[in-house]
Amino acid sequence: MSDIRFEGWLHRSGTGGVYQDSAGNVGIASTQPQTRLDIGNGGFQVGPTGIATVTTVNTTNLVNATQLSHRNIIINGAMEVAQRGTSSTSSGYQTVDRFRHSGTGWDAALTQAQGSVSSGTTPYTEGFRKTFKLTNGNQSSGAGAGDQLSMSYIIEDQDLATSGWNYLSETSYVTLSFWFKSSVNQTFYVVLESKDGTSRQYSFAITPTGADTWTKVTHTIKGNSGLQFSNDNGEGIEIYFLLFYGTNQTTSGHTLNTWKTTSASDQAPDMTSTWFTTNSATFELTGMQLEVGSEVTPFEHRQFGDEMARCKRYYNKVFDAEGQSGEKPASLAVYETNSALTTIFNFPKMRVVPSLDITNGTNKFMVRSNSVSDHFDTMSLRYGTTQTAEIVASSGVSGTAGYGGYLRSADTDVYIAFSAEL
Amino acid sequence: MNITSAKYCINLDTNENQSIKATIDGVEMFVPISEGNTHYDEIMRQVNAGTLTITAASN
Repeated sequence: MSDIRFEGWLHRSGTGGVYQDSAGNVGIASTQPQTRLDIGNGGFQVGPTGIATVTTVNTTNLVNATQLSHRNIIINGAMEVAQRGTSSTSSGYQTVDRFRHSGTGWDAALTQAQGSVSSGTTPYTEGFRKTFKLTNGNQSSGAGAGDQLSMSYIIEDQDLATSGWNYLSETSYVTLSFWFKSSVNQTFYVVLESKDGTSRQYSFAITPTGADTWTKVTHTIKGNSGLQFSNDNGEGIEIYFLLFYGTNQTTSGHTLNTWKTTSASDQAPDMTSTWFTTNSATFELTGMQLEVGSEVTPFEHRQFGDEMARCKRYYNKVFDAEGQSGEKPASLAVYETNSALTTIFNFPKMRVVPSLDITNGTNKFMVRSNSVSDHFDTMSLRYGTTQTAEIVASSGVSGTAGYGGYLRSADTDVYIAFSAEL
Repeated sequence: MNITSAKYCINLDTNENQSIKATIDGVEMFVPISEGNTHYDEIMRQVNAGTLTITAASN
């Protein structure tokens, strides 16, 4: 059978048959084709870039070029998990797991918090309830050339090396998407910085659609032959959201949307300082997803427990009195001479041998043994692996060596945690 | 990472340094003497840069 080509089809009304409009769109059983190919008034549509929109797909086998689950390389991108707390005036990792704020040169501390998405907003209707939120302090001396303020997230090296992104190729892509909201309507910059080998940076601009208005950002990033990611537990890429970088770190001629060798003095275009110099200005972020491929897909919502388990590789609060008064069980303990010690198991294994983050205050803990209770202030790290830690109270205890006992909290704010953050 | 103090903690059994008690971003941490731990690496970076001193342990 030879090929058939229809040209100069006659116009007809109705919804049946095959129909090509004057723009070249073809419809089958469609009143008016809305895309390059439109079957059944939108039931199946193919757009000019080859993207198909289908109402329902019934299939025996579905083969996809990108993975269908575990697409999002970002952990806790919906900002649901906040093991350390929900508000802090310190920088670093203090609230939402895996996200931090950092910088230098500010006059007044900023407040970082796990914020809430208001009902009725578009992020809310898409299932987002929490944000990573920064509230500015009063930067009374204004913006300086050396001042820096950013929020950031660090991806572990092996999570990039094994992601499926052929990062050395300029025809292989990852796509970053997120929602953000700023009380100040100005342009900010996002910078991706690779950490292995010769560090490289990629920057792009984001501008909200208005003050205090949620804006969805989607940005596709191509690979580069200079990128390097080891298959290990080190730092891979840090994604910065620059709220303000002074001119010591920026240039007016900075080139956006391309990888280049990292330069401390050329990380972004010169920035307006409006947000930085506005007391109580806010910036919120949620729904952050980095996925392999050139097309954005809907955010991969994960259950709270799944996300919590992922976070625990980097920070694990193994005991929390959760605000409850009275003695609460923490662990088993055993006395040695002038000390009481216990072993704690971290599940899952942590990224590296972790630091101990533990309450320190008068009589915060107690060990009960041989019908006697000893109160003490805190414990320290003795030995550690990625899975186990031996912690010891070496002052304030006076039990008999060789006796076992119970380690308990003795106040409402007691916690024991381990940090192996990047 | 803002580190405002660092002091070795001693293992009473072996009399060797077992960890570093440090205040990092306002939070007191017991940092293992272990490369790869971000806190330890940053402490040593600042020590090598001459901007931080680790105080000896007190028995």
